[in-house]
Amino acid sequence: MRSKPKWLFPVLALLPVLGLYACLRIYPIAETLRLSLFKWNIISRRKPFVGLDNFIELMSDPLFLEAIFNTTIVAFGVLVITIPVGLALAALINSRQGLRRSGFYETSIFLPHVVSLVPAAMAWKWIFDARLGPLNALIGWFGIPAQAWLFDPVLSIVCLIVLCSWQSIGYAVLIFLVGLKNVPEALYEAARLDGASSFQAFRYVAIPLLKPVMLYVSVITLISSYNIYAQAFVLASDVQGAPGHLVRVLVLDMLENSFRNYRVGYAAAEAVVLLAIVLVLTGAQFRLFRDRSRA
Amino acid sequence: MSDPDHPSSDADRNTPAGLAIDVVLFAVGLMMLLPLVFLISNAFKTPPELLAWPPTIIPDRPTLENILGVLHETPLLHWIGNTLVFAGLSTASIVTTSAIAGYVLGKFDLPWFPAVFGIIIATSVVPFEVYMIPLYLNVQAAGMLNTLPGLLVGYLVMSFGIFLVRQYVTTSIPDELLEAARVDGAGEGWIFLRIVVPLMRGPLGALTVLAFFQAWTAFAWPLVVTTNKDTYTLEVGLALFQTGFTVDIGHLSAAAALALVPSALFFSLMRRNFVRGVAGTGLKE
Repeated sequence: MRSKPKWLFPVLALLPVLGLYACLRIYPIAETLRLSLFKWNIISRRKPFVGLDNFIELMSDPLFLEAIFNTTIVAFGVLVITIPVGLALAALINSRQGLRRSGFYETSIFLPHVVSLVPAAMAWKWIFDARLGPLNALIGWFGIPAQAWLFDPVLSIVCLIVLCSWQSIGYAVLIFLVGLKNVPEALYEAARLDGASSFQAFRYVAIPLLKPVMLYVSVITLISSYNIYAQAFVLASDVQGAPGHLVRVLVLDMLENSFRNYRVGYAAAEAVVLLAIVLVLTGAQFRLFRDRSRA
Repeated sequence: MSDPDHPSSDADRNTPAGLAIDVVLFAVGLMMLLPLVFLISNAFKTPPELLAWPPTIIPDRPTLENILGVLHETPLLHWIGNTLVFAGLSTASIVTTSAIAGYVLGKFDLPWFPAVFGIIIATSVVPFEVYMIPLYLNVQAAGMLNTLPGLLVGYLVMSFGIFLVRQYVTTSIPDELLEAARVDGAGEGWIFLRIVVPLMRGPLGALTVLAFFQAWTAFAWPLVVTTNKDTYTLEVGLALFQTGFTVDIGHLSAAAALALVPSALFFSLMRRNFVRGVAGTGLKE
């Protein structure tokens, strides 16, 4: 038994997993890159190589430009809400850590992050509903006229940002809490001895130490917002089944090109753009990290 | 402001400032839950009460009409069944492959293993939506649209799972333990199943919950792979139901509430595992 070569078990055990990775991850990623260079149409038999033509066409495609514009606005809108609100909530929860009620705070803030997207989006859809929703009734009390939240191109993006922020805050709070627990108590003590208030201690002790964590959460939030689809699908699809107003996001535009217009190569080019955005964000994160640790 | 002389005493925590923080956090917590609470409460309301302002949180005259109606109109229970099977198998596959690959990559050092691990982690940066289309074309060519294997194809492995297990194995399972078993003549398979797996209960528990939620809430992939009502997952069925011709908020809320409650319940039961898993994703660096 001991005469078997040492590498036999690890290699045999790893092979099936590597096989799955090769078929289900590496091959399709490579295939996306390849297809993006072809005029690859499901219905036509000729699938010529077109170089960067798909990308050039994307640059002047109004629907794609609208999609990338909307998605960027949503991603940064969510970021601008999630980071400060998440940080403030985490700081407040952290100051009440160890009390029984802090369990309620954590759970209630985190729950929106985990519940299924579609029912959660449907809940918000009712809130935003122009005729029946409580939001219009609420602002009516303050004398603000009712708005067609989900039918106005600007307001529907605001709604999408609200929904996505509601979902992402829980994740940010959770990660910030982990970060805050790693701040050595002695540093707070020192700050207090120097006469700093709790707020000052948080501002000048915890925040600088949390910068890498904030960077991490920011990148994760941006990347996940660039991938939104279900939220836009539910929120912006018309209840009456009419060709309703859609908030065009990147993934939606990509799936439409691929499955409605059968332009697979063109859709693959959009996927490559999405990949490039994600890689730039991830790269920026690593770079900023490295600079910080060198400093 | 807290008393600087007794920074961490218990009395310090119930100062007016501390209680004010409680009030703020309590209000925020309720606001976060409110959309979900309304959704569930709307599921039990009669049509006139649905229009009432201000909206009631506890229905005046609760009714089961909406729920019965929606169960009659849609194969919701069937969708829940589909999703349970899909999520269960996906979880089983992810936990198994992560346990094996994480252990092997963490405890054996063949010269090419670091490169393999690097590639596995690198693929996790690429969003699923990026390579969904080629994957779809393959599933279609294999005639697996509208089948369980076709659905599963997107959810069999998880890079983060391999990362999590490897991390745990290298820091928490001593090499001496494995060596001792080898000296006693134990085979590698036996060591893995009888010694390593029982020690990995913590990370595998966290991973189980993460993987299950990932499949339970999957949307884009099931949406393109399933095209008939019988094979929809819950999320897809629900999303398409709400774009249909129904304007009945009661019925829509009932369907959404039925879909929501299992995931919320599962989360409250598994909260610790889940939080550990998600927090782990933040500790990559």
